[in-house]
Amino acid sequence: MPTNGPDTIFREGLSEGKINIQKCTDCNRHIFFPRVHCPHCYASSLEWHEATGKGIVYSTTVVHRKPERGGDYNVALIDLSEGVRMMSRVEGIAPAEVSIGMPVIAFVGDVDGAPGVLFKPSEPMKELGNE
Amino acid sequence: MSSLRGKTAIVGVGQAGLGEAHGLNAYDVMAQSSLAALGDAGLKLSDVDGFFCAMMEDSMPALMAAEYLGIQPAFIDGTMVGGSSFVNYLVSASMALNAGLCDVALITYGSNQRTASGRLVTASRPPPHEGPYKPRYPISAYAMAAARHMYEFGTTREQLADVAVAARGWAQHNPEAFMRDPLSREEVLSSRMVGNPLTVLDCCLVTDGGGAFVMVRADRAEDYPNKPAYILGAAAATTHRQISQMPDLTVTAAKQSGARAFEMAGLKPADVDVVELYDAFTINTILFLEDLGFCAKGEGGSFVENGRIAPGGELPVKVVLLLRTAELPPAVNCRSTPTAVACLVFIRECMAFSL
Repeated sequence: MPTNGPDTIFREGLSEGKINIQKCTDCNRHIFFPRVHCPHCYASSLEWHEATGKGIVYSTTVVHRKPERGGDYNVALIDLSEGVRMMSRVEGIAPAEVSIGMPVIAFVGDVDGAPGVLFKPSEPMKELGNE
Repeated sequence: MSSLRGKTAIVGVGQAGLGEAHGLNAYDVMAQSSLAALGDAGLKLSDVDGFFCAMMEDSMPALMAAEYLGIQPAFIDGTMVGGSSFVNYLVSASMALNAGLCDVALITYGSNQRTASGRLVTASRPPPHEGPYKPRYPISAYAMAAARHMYEFGTTREQLADVAVAARGWAQHNPEAFMRDPLSREEVLSSRMVGNPLTVLDCCLVTDGGGAFVMVRADRAEDYPNKPAYILGAAAATTHRQISQMPDLTVTAAKQSGARAFEMAGLKPADVDVVELYDAFTINTILFLEDLGFCAKGEGGSFVENGRIAPGGELPVKVVLLLRTAELPPAVNCRSTPTAVACLVFIRECMAFSL
């Protein structure tokens, strides 16, 4: 049975509701998107870890779309606390209300018909209460 | 390492099908612009032995284009790095000419995307970790760069709009420009929002058109009818493909390539009388002015404000809109520039520091 590649491992994690990202055991930096080597120090020693899901909006835009085709939606770049950036969408808030610097928390949801990483505004008080 | 400074020159330029090229396909437009450039240089297709071509039509456009033209070049480069492909060819064409691998280099492009589809044509696949979020390429990427620049440096939508207004001002001086009606800051701000913070008038026009130029070695550059435009400096830099992988959305690769091109040329931004930048989206001009060293990082907004880069503005800078207005500088622009440096610009992005 062939070993699964990085992209497959990432997507398998998503299908189980987990957001796994890679960390280089040589330089200790996390990386995204999934690869077979570290793009920072070029070592091949990568390990998978479940991300904390905590992020900050690095930039954001609204894609304008006619209401009959689904209406406007958000596209954002999120910096995860692990130090990696990914494209995603912030939900649970009007697309134009998403702002740079906003703390967000990741969840796995439907992204174009497949499990993908989405974000929603984090609620600091509630989160503290849960922890 | 010997420098390529001054080793090659542009001796002919051509353009075709600007705005709308009804009834023509992309390769027709490419061929028309190629013939115009060769004609400008007093050369024929049979003289071309170096060929440089990127188009959006399919994955092997350089082969398709050479086949269409009926040439069998000894040296070919079809490296596709998007709109900057033609700047990139300045480096590879200079190298190939200087190494004696070819004697006459034709760099060419053509598109009919306006009349064919009315939208950006691309043979690219959506990046796997971005595509599912349905960003509208390339608008969403530039919109997020603009949003980040506004957040970090206080750049305003009004300043972005002033880039479009200045470009339209220049377009009004060019009979070949696609859109030449007067444009106000208020019109830009109140036009349809397509990707916050960019309105439709902040965004690139989709137009047809072809552009081509011919390069030869400097030692024979005086043999042609036009005064040659010598390549003093050219450089490329690569930082990312996906917008999510761009290290800093407010700093483009032009910071690296510009510094190296200036170094090769032995010049600095203050020596430049005319700068023509790829300005598909209003934020581009601001980013490139900063990254090429015409103003400090973060000051691009105030640099372009209130008509300072428009015709009659106080800054000795001409910024030309390309895709937005299909305004293309005629060949004489680069050759009649009085002092040290001009930037040549053709369809898409092609910039040469030239004498």
